[in-house]
Amino acid sequence: MSSLSYAAPATVDEAIGLLAGASGLAKVLSGGTDLLVQLRSGRTRPALIVDTKKIPGIIGIREVDGGFVIGAATSGAMIGEHAALAAVYPGVVEATNLIGSTQVQGRASLAGNLCNASPAADSVPAMIAAGATAVIAGPKGRRTVPVEQVVTGPGRTSLARDEFIVEFHLPKRAPRSADAYLRFIPRTEMDIAVVGAGVNVTLDAAGVCTAARVSLGAVAPTALLVADCAAALVGSKLDEHALAKLDLAARDACKPIDDKRGTIDFRIKVAGVLARRAAAIAFERAAARS
Amino acid sequence: MSFPLSLTINGVARNITLDDPRVTLLDLLRERLELTGTKKGCDRGQCGACTVLLDGRRINACLALAASCDGATVLTIEGVTDGDALHPVQAAFIAHDGLQCGFCTPGQIMSALGLIDEGQAGDDPERVREGMSGNLCRCGAYAGITEAVLDAQRRLAGQDGRDAS
Repeated sequence: MSSLSYAAPATVDEAIGLLAGASGLAKVLSGGTDLLVQLRSGRTRPALIVDTKKIPGIIGIREVDGGFVIGAATSGAMIGEHAALAAVYPGVVEATNLIGSTQVQGRASLAGNLCNASPAADSVPAMIAAGATAVIAGPKGRRTVPVEQVVTGPGRTSLARDEFIVEFHLPKRAPRSADAYLRFIPRTEMDIAVVGAGVNVTLDAAGVCTAARVSLGAVAPTALLVADCAAALVGSKLDEHALAKLDLAARDACKPIDDKRGTIDFRIKVAGVLARRAAAIAFERAAARS
Repeated sequence: MSFPLSLTINGVARNITLDDPRVTLLDLLRERLELTGTKKGCDRGQCGACTVLLDGRRINACLALAASCDGATVLTIEGVTDGDALHPVQAAFIAHDGLQCGFCTPGQIMSALGLIDEGQAGDDPERVREGMSGNLCRCGAYAGITEAVLDAQRRLAGQDGRDAS
């Protein structure tokens, strides 16, 4: 067995120094629920694990300027129990609640769900739809990027080896805005998404959609932000015509694989259906937030 | 390279030195501290047999590095009883046949304790089933487990009521 070092730095700068100075592969540990499985299977063989959980602020949820700042290693359980966050971003919270079991959520984090870079990660389409940004720390300071720009392919991210995510920002909401996330799995719990769909909308006083973001998971190498889906919703009250355009745009955006969870044709069909259903929930929630 | 750790396990402060950072909380409990009530089923976060409470929250002990739990408080099945008296959740599992072979039972009971503390399941069997879905039972004692959790929850709520008055 090769040697493995472990460090739990107390500051962001110390963590960056450790990542930059590592000889060999260094892995960032936030929750660890994916990393430990990969360590045991031998899929990853790091020389160094940098545990971020001792860094002040990396765990916790703060309301800032009407929006939310979620520390990168905040557990899914903490996110699920945050009533104010659930009221404003119900889609992000319901997506996070779908990651594994309650026990897994006792450790699992948004940064881990994102940087594990599975196309089927549940929180990712919801975060993209919500317009979340990731704050990435590195030797040159901090940069803020939209969540959809973090993952570049299965198991790959745009982060440099000496960078890691310290927090996520969810922006202040306009009135009559809400989000929703749905996933399809063949059972009711504890499975990996065949398709996931996140929808975020803002309505005007008459109930007409003025802004929308739609993201699909598990239908391409990365979660997709689908502009044509958003365009199908904007200007509508979610009538049949808008739903049909949304469904078509969602299906057109899919580039899925065949695997044991679903065929290409099935995933494409389900993506359209889930986008419609998630949009209906998001519209209903947004109308109730006037 | 060695890693000094301080943990409070079942109310007892423990100072431990690890020689390998790969050691999970589960292996520390079972192999080093001889607390073998916590079971190793899948060792990959799928079965829930290794469920313990870490700082009051349910986790899979197989998915936590021991080194990463420095300073934490851990409750395992060995710390649940009060002397020889069974905890109400344990008694309810026996009363409702919430087990057959018993291998998953320590994890089921720790998970039930966590679920009851979270207070999110109410008196709804469907939500109890959802909240317990991270604990597999190959014998299929699920119906009894659900009844046991609901019964224990009612009994514990009754006790709290008496304490408050």
